[in-house]
Amino acid sequence: MNPALTIARRELAGYFQSPVAYVFLVIYLLLSGFFTFMVGGFFERGTSSLEAFFIWQPWLYLFLVPAVGMRLWSEERRMGTLELLLTMPVTPLQAILGKYLAAWLVIAAALALTFPLVLTVNYLGTPDNGVILAGYIGSLLLGGAYLSIACLTSATTRNQVVSFIVSVVVCLFLLLAGWPPVTDLLVQWADPAFVQLVSSLSVMTHFQSITKGVLDSRDVLYFASVIVFCLFTTGVILRTERAN
Amino acid sequence: MIQARNLTKTFGPKVAVDGISFTLEKGEVLGFLGPNGAGKSTTMRMVTGYLPPTSGEILISNLNLATRPVAARRLIGYLPENAPSYSDMTVEGFLRFAANMRGLSGESAKRALGRAVELCFLQPVLHQGIETLSKGYRHRICFAQSIIHDPDILILDEPTDGLDPNQKHEVRSLIKSMGRTKAILFSTHILEEVEAACTRAVVIDRGRIVANGTPEDLKARSPEAGAITISTSKPMDSALAGLAGVRKTSQLENGRLRIYPVEKLSSAELVAGLLAAAQKAGVDVYDIRIEEGRLDDVFRSLTISDTKEVRP
Repeated sequence: MNPALTIARRELAGYFQSPVAYVFLVIYLLLSGFFTFMVGGFFERGTSSLEAFFIWQPWLYLFLVPAVGMRLWSEERRMGTLELLLTMPVTPLQAILGKYLAAWLVIAAALALTFPLVLTVNYLGTPDNGVILAGYIGSLLLGGAYLSIACLTSATTRNQVVSFIVSVVVCLFLLLAGWPPVTDLLVQWADPAFVQLVSSLSVMTHFQSITKGVLDSRDVLYFASVIVFCLFTTGVILRTERAN
Repeated sequence: MIQARNLTKTFGPKVAVDGISFTLEKGEVLGFLGPNGAGKSTTMRMVTGYLPPTSGEILISNLNLATRPVAARRLIGYLPENAPSYSDMTVEGFLRFAANMRGLSGESAKRALGRAVELCFLQPVLHQGIETLSKGYRHRICFAQSIIHDPDILILDEPTDGLDPNQKHEVRSLIKSMGRTKAILFSTHILEEVEAACTRAVVIDRGRIVANGTPEDLKARSPEAGAITISTSKPMDSALAGLAGVRKTSQLENGRLRIYPVEKLSSAELVAGLLAAAQKAGVDVYDIRIEEGRLDDVFRSLTISDTKEVRP
């Protein structure tokens, strides 16, 4: 078996042997339900769509995804197993991909467990399931992008708390960059081109355009490039860490 | 199996390893000796491919570690300092992971696991979580991980650290027996370990090799090496008076006397002369022996000096 998959399997087992995965799943599902039904007004909307569910995803992930990703490398560094892992016959890229994949699967599992919502809207009305599918793909990409940021920050420190806080802040920046209050503020003094640039960095605009049911290649490319950039930088950090 | 040339590693302004070169062949057990912070671990981390050297070159079985890292690391088993392991796993799960990482699966992984478990006496804790186990067990678990793929090269950073005397003995004999078919590099600051297990030892101090030889070679550098300790019925002074070849003597406790031969004279010749002189003077000799020299004297004289550079 490919060493990346061996690492992913070990990592995944690690998530489910510790409370991390269960706490994440339960809290994610509880909060999703709360926001969808109580805050999002799922029933009051009177439309058969999952908009009330997807609209909260960027905010829920903001705290929950860094919690999943914060241990990826800082734990290895703290326990000294990084030395063990990277002296096995595996390239750093394989190790990074393996660990990242495992954490992403935990997020995917959480998303998959929201299937009763899909059943509910289909029972109550006739939603556009293509839009719902797009929403799930968007959520998965969004979770992946946040996770890659958490992966990067956890490579910089052996302290999980530091890793968590820094990744929340970075994710928050990406989230708020396109938020109207922020763009409105920027418009008052900045060049419109700059505002455009900042808001194009935002996960919100890309995420929302996907959840509307338009799987634009630019949006997918945006998430893909965030992920590739962060994982690549993780590799650079792990290498320079050892070189100095 | 291992050729290291001019390894240097700097951490910022600090030079941790300063131009170390050594080779290691199959059938050899090479001991790295040195005080804490001498650069032993850093050297081992470079040889296992964890730390890239600032300069220098490492060949593992003629594979350049810098250009063929994965192929080279396949040949190495490594026990890092402090024996890390994934403490959230069971012993079996961890060792299976190590076997899978080494490309073993199914039946061959099972066999490798069984062999490593047996060699490291892990049977009783096989299904326990690693975090529940004592330091001695954790150490052996990491050791088992390093030998699971039966590597040609074993690199062990302080393999007996944290073990009790019985376990120390087991690990030493294990190293010694595996050393016949493998190339083993291990570090320690326990001198008796070098005598017990090594075919060759390298003394490292402040990032440099200050001595390189068999444990016997090293011991021979001790000021005590070749001296004769004798225990007699009455003082030897009169008998010694007429004896040639005595450089100096010193009185030890319990009436024993240590006699140092002059450089030209072999210890055996001096023993013969001493016995003859004692017989002539009517002194009974209870015990006489030639000192081999003590490794810790050599170790101290090689590594303690801060001002003068001791070179091999």
